[in-house]
Amino acid sequence: MNARRSRRFQPLLFGAPAMVGLALFVVLPFLMALVLTFTDQQLISPEPGVFVGLRNYERLLSIRALVQAPERNDVAGTPSFARVRSLTRHEPAYLGYRPLGELRFGEHRVTLLAKDPAFLTALGNTFLFALMVVPLQCTMALGLALLVNAGVKGQTIFRAIYFSPVVMSMVIVSVVWAFLFDKDLGLLNQALGTLSFGLVKPVDWLGNPATAMPAIVIMSAWQGAGFQMLILLAGLQGISQELYDAARIDGASMWQRFWYITLPGMRQTIIFVLIVTTIAALGLFTQVDVMTGGGPRGSTATVMFEAVRHGVREENIAYGATISVVYFLLITAFILLHQILLRRSAKVIS
Amino acid sequence: MPASLDLCDIRKSFGSTEIIKGVSLTIAPGEFIVFVGPSGCGKSTLLRMIAGLEDITSGQLRFDDVVVNDWDPARRRIGMVFQSYALYPHMSVEQNIGFGLKLAKKSKAEIMVRVDQALSVLQLTPLRHHKPSQLSGGQRQRVAIGRAIVRNPNVFLFDEPLSNLDAALRGQMRMEIGKLHQHLKNTVIYVTHDQVEAMTLADRIVVFEGGVIRQVGTPVELYDHPANRFVAGFIGTPTMGFLSGRVAATAQGEGVALDAAGGQAITLPGDLRRVAHGAALTLGLRPEHCVVCPPDQTMLSGTVVMLERLGAETFAFIDLPATPAPVAVRLDGGERSLVAGQRTGLRFDIERAHIFDADGNSISSSAS
Ligand SMILES: Nc1ncnc2c1ncn2[C@@H]1O[C@H](COP(=O)(O)OP(=O)(O)OP(=O)(O)O)[C@@H](O)[C@H]1O
Ligand SMILES: [Mg+2]
Repeated sequence: MNARRSRRFQPLLFGAPAMVGLALFVVLPFLMALVLTFTDQQLISPEPGVFVGLRNYERLLSIRALVQAPERNDVAGTPSFARVRSLTRHEPAYLGYRPLGELRFGEHRVTLLAKDPAFLTALGNTFLFALMVVPLQCTMALGLALLVNAGVKGQTIFRAIYFSPVVMSMVIVSVVWAFLFDKDLGLLNQALGTLSFGLVKPVDWLGNPATAMPAIVIMSAWQGAGFQMLILLAGLQGISQELYDAARIDGASMWQRFWYITLPGMRQTIIFVLIVTTIAALGLFTQVDVMTGGGPRGSTATVMFEAVRHGVREENIAYGATISVVYFLLITAFILLHQILLRRSAKVIS
Repeated sequence: MPASLDLCDIRKSFGSTEIIKGVSLTIAPGEFIVFVGPSGCGKSTLLRMIAGLEDITSGQLRFDDVVVNDWDPARRRIGMVFQSYALYPHMSVEQNIGFGLKLAKKSKAEIMVRVDQALSVLQLTPLRHHKPSQLSGGQRQRVAIGRAIVRNPNVFLFDEPLSNLDAALRGQMRMEIGKLHQHLKNTVIYVTHDQVEAMTLADRIVVFEGGVIRQVGTPVELYDHPANRFVAGFIGTPTMGFLSGRVAATAQGEGVALDAAGGQAITLPGDLRRVAHGAALTLGLRPEHCVVCPPDQTMLSGTVVMLERLGAETFAFIDLPATPAPVAVRLDGGERSLVAGQRTGLRFDIERAHIFDADGNSISSSAS
């Protein structure tokens, strides 16, 4: 009787240290943040916050679309529209809305308005960043892993070199890369200029909305690829050498061996690396904070950056918490969807 | 088309250590050759060099009189079966078998026909859509063989193909491989540690030690006329018993004074004039050429250390003085009463004993 009961509790006992840690540092803060989202609590304020219902969520998520037909077609046929501002100024329904962006549907112009356009822009930026950095970083990591695994002399040295950016502080790496990207003094522009004999004019990498995000993508991939390389390397070394021998006897070229042996053999590892990289990418903050401060013109602001800006710098901790909670739910939904799709595709294959 | 193979002073070094130290061997088309030898003697390495998976450091490898040293594995048209099977885990049975044909850009229809044929020869047709992980060891082995035969290879290479199977399945697969060879008549090189596989399958056995060939011959030749002590000890189970001694004169002529008999000499048949008096000699005794007897009827006596009852036959292992390893004796019906620990005498048929000189080379008249 006693033995059976102790057996039932044993797993809980072994799990307890991790559970307590999780509860204390993840679940509890999340619940506290959840409570904050329904108040107007300030970060450093002697008074406790007041319950405000869903006001924070409303501010964060309100979107409206304003559809306009063209006003008059002149001779050239170019449609023109009344200014949005002139339409919304006196309309109570549009109170507090600011333009986010515009689309064209045939002749019509659709203007998207939001109460917090900066958040939605940041959300878009973050996913754009993930969309660019994940493929780049994972391909780089796979390439490095293959190089290191190719059996060249000094494998350990190369592995250490490629891994070294990972152990450096992100702040330091960001500062260094900010120098590299500098318009007038940066190594990148100097190198481009010299190599093209002055044909390529200096680019203001971090000061131009079109290049700022790609620049951050490149430096982030450089910094992080070593970590994924290490995981992929382990996966690579888990593939039996005899499979490659068998494939050579079957007449497979190097490329075919990669395609038919390496990639299928690394499927699980690659999926894991993709997930881990995506999660890390969605948390982008340090690089932006150090290198661009979210600029130019909000083109590199990310969700995490917005959360910190509102919650800490503007001391509106309730609103910062709201951003975090919504973002958390978004990512959870995204991962669940991903898992379901993955499981379904795995069933199809096997 | 079965190919003939010619190995000409083949050598292989990894860094500065030489693993294969000059191997020369000619293999006739359609021959079934078995490589045996202790672990680490370079059998797999040599096989991989023949396959083209490993560079040949020096020497010449010829297939049908064409030097193929620099050909890649696919061009050599070989089929290879690995010890761990090396099936592609994410492909079905038929994809595994058809993979080489697919890479060779054969038409879909041709691949179908040839894969179907291989599947039916190996009785794998019902399993064609299974993944390797869903197969038993014997089935995996058959898929690996199917992958090798589907390409009509000139030469079949097997590296310990049955060592991961249990005894019963091993016996069955051994027979199937034998039948397959009779049917396909390919040239086969087969590496094994299993005596029975070697003796039953081989046209000729090649015995390796430390990267050199010690003897080449048919199974019966190797068993009856081992050229040296190494081969004598390697072929046959239980292993040959060895008695050390020195050349000495006896009343009837040349003889050997046996250490195990406290220096008593026994006359040897045949011509021993090449060996100097007092030189060390070793007698090799097959278990079936020895009999046990009461200790007072012979000059050799010792203790029974172990009895190995295999059902059809029983072997006694007898510890003799001044002899490192116990000598095995096959018992006939009469001596079934023997028990371990008992003292017993040992007699042997001197006419059928193998005689080795100090260097381990055979000097028996029977070793031709
Ligand atoms: N790639 C390699 N680099 C260095 N040494 C090697 C390499 N491959 C094999 N060797 C060495 O060559 C020797 C022969 O190896 P091999 O695998 O041919 O032996 P084997 O006869 O097949 O043994 P077993 O019966 O155990 O399979 C071994 O001592 C091994 O350590
Ligand atoms: Mg081997």
